[in-house]
Amino acid sequence: MPRVLLIEDDRAVREGVALALRRQNHDVAAASTGEEGLEQLRSFRPDIVVLDLMLPGMPGLDVCRAIRALDQALPIIMATARGDEVDIVIGLEAGADDYVVKPVTARVLDARIRAVLRRSGGVPAGEGLPKINTYGELTVDRAGLTVRLGDEPIALAPSELRLLLTLSASPGQVFSRQQLLEAVWEHDFHGDARLVDACVKRLRTKMSEPPRAPRYIHTVRGFGYRFAAP
Amino acid sequence: MKRRRLRGLRPRLVVAFGLVAGVAAATTGALTFREARIGVLQQSQDAVIGQLRARLSERAPELPYPPGESALRQFATDVSAADASGSWRVLVTYRELSASSVPGDRFPELTPAVRTAVASSRATVFQRVNEGGRPTLVVGMSVTFGDPDGSRLASGVRVFLVVPQTTEQASVDALVSAVERAMVPALGLAVVLALFAARGVLVPVRALRQATRRMAEGRLDTRLDVNGADELAELSHAFNETAAELETSVAELREMEARARRFAADVSHELRTPLAAMSAVTDVLDEDAARLAPDTATAVRLISEETVKLTRLVDDLMEISRFDAGAAVLHLDEIDLAESIRRTLAARGWSDTVDTRLPPPDAARGRVDPRRLDVVVANLVGNALKHGGTPVRVRLDVHGSGERAAVIEVRDSGPGIPDDVLPHVFERFYKSDTARSRSEGSGLGLAITAENVRIHGGTVRAANHPAGGAVFTVELPLQRHEVTEEQPS
Repeated sequence: MPRVLLIEDDRAVREGVALALRRQNHDVAAASTGEEGLEQLRSFRPDIVVLDLMLPGMPGLDVCRAIRALDQALPIIMATARGDEVDIVIGLEAGADDYVVKPVTARVLDARIRAVLRRSGGVPAGEGLPKINTYGELTVDRAGLTVRLGDEPIALAPSELRLLLTLSASPGQVFSRQQLLEAVWEHDFHGDARLVDACVKRLRTKMSEPPRAPRYIHTVRGFGYRFAAP
Repeated sequence: MKRRRLRGLRPRLVVAFGLVAGVAAATTGALTFREARIGVLQQSQDAVIGQLRARLSERAPELPYPPGESALRQFATDVSAADASGSWRVLVTYRELSASSVPGDRFPELTPAVRTAVASSRATVFQRVNEGGRPTLVVGMSVTFGDPDGSRLASGVRVFLVVPQTTEQASVDALVSAVERAMVPALGLAVVLALFAARGVLVPVRALRQATRRMAEGRLDTRLDVNGADELAELSHAFNETAAELETSVAELREMEARARRFAADVSHELRTPLAAMSAVTDVLDEDAARLAPDTATAVRLISEETVKLTRLVDDLMEISRFDAGAAVLHLDEIDLAESIRRTLAARGWSDTVDTRLPPPDAARGRVDPRRLDVVVANLVGNALKHGGTPVRVRLDVHGSGERAAVIEVRDSGPGIPDDVLPHVFERFYKSDTARSRSEGSGLGLAITAENVRIHGGTVRAANHPAGGAVFTVELPLQRHEVTEEQPS
């Protein structure tokens, strides 16, 4: 049973979402403020956090950053109000894996949660590939799901890991944003391509890529992204 | 253009001033000329007559009576000698005899009327003749004998004098040319004054015109400088007051409109939180409805269904509010439009009900907002399926080579759209008839479609196909010069 921590200030929404998620076989803990949520993070040990961005007291974006500071790999789904365009981009750059727009049905939220959780697990592609690949300084362990740069392990969020695994499985191949949205986020073709862009940005930062001349993940203008071994 | 310039205030003022100055100068000149001419001629005439009379009084007694021809000639010469310049020509007659001061002179200036007048009257007769362009004075008088009783007797001797008046004419001519010469600077001065006067009027008028034009362009803070206290200053003042009032009422209207729009956005926003709680539990209601008593189950399903519709309506209202507020943002990405349309239809389970004619892969690539394109295609096809009728056909073509445009055509097989409804199909909440009832959507679908196309710089239009059915045509520019969202590189 996936353990879901729901941080949502509105009582009705909190109770409704918690009830619906429990019915979808989730183990749900609910918090009404960011501070309370961060506390429960330690006691409840969730598999995933569903975080409302509009919170009284500590803002949702700060909560997101605080969670990332504690745990790089814990999946986070933001719940945003429609039209808060800026918040989505900042939230994604702060380390959220995905977002949903409220009002959202339990079925959609459940599907998103399960899709994000799947990212932490299996290898998306490349059954014929060796378990461990080395690209220059970068070492990708497809079985142990770890990534190292030189001797340093890099802590990746589930979306970042899955994106890197997907891209590096076919070096040289250009992936469109839509392909990546489907392969990594399990969104449909018309999903938000900013998810891909923000995730690539976070990945490059963690891989210490030079901002102007990335070594591994290249932007192909007008098409998408391509992985290349230096 | 030229004709319009001539009708301007400045040329009209110049012409008016010129006319006034010309008429005044001409009238003054003509009156002066007439008086002066009469004066000059009268004076010289009086002098000549006086001189002639004095000469005759002096010489007539020496004339033998009755005179012979040689005596008459002698007398004529004598009389003509009275003028030192020698310009006098004298004719003396007595009955049939006549003699002149210049031998052989035929006196063409002497008219029969003068001869008759002199013959019938004892008074002095004179006439001004213009013979051959030369002005001439003709004087005629009879020589009389004075009696001691005071009565006068005609002697029968008649004296005619012809004097050229060229000197006098020269004086008159000089006067005319002086008047003419005076008129030229007078007219010039009038034109200069007219230009000054025109300037005084035209500068404020021009300022007023420019200010009006600026107001028409929407710059309602336009004001004029008010100088002086004349009618034009009053006009400028009135303009400023009108502009200020207009600015205030326009600002009020804008504020009211903004408030109305904000209100719609706020209402949608406030509705969202309760809807978020309700949306979360509709699935629970649907699942459990089967186990409830029939009436309760119906009520629960109703609530669930209507919650979904309400969510959709609020979503659409939020979307429209963002377009109204100018807050809608394009997230451009280069995609294959044919693939996008295929996915839109597949995601809604329409792949089998809709006939498509799409170009081969990668033939229709372009920078668009994929989510908005999905909304456009889904709304148009959804609309066609609901109101039109199968088969619904979707076509995608790419027009042009340099500035390429994608043309998406959605055609249904229904009865088409009535002509009176056609111009309104993209209006918000427009319901053409009772058949298009509430259950078919938020009433904002086509309005949102139109906004989504417009934000791409494209066009959408509705029409009826000659072979039947409604046709919605979307034209989207594929290459845009300005990059709305900078891609990370």
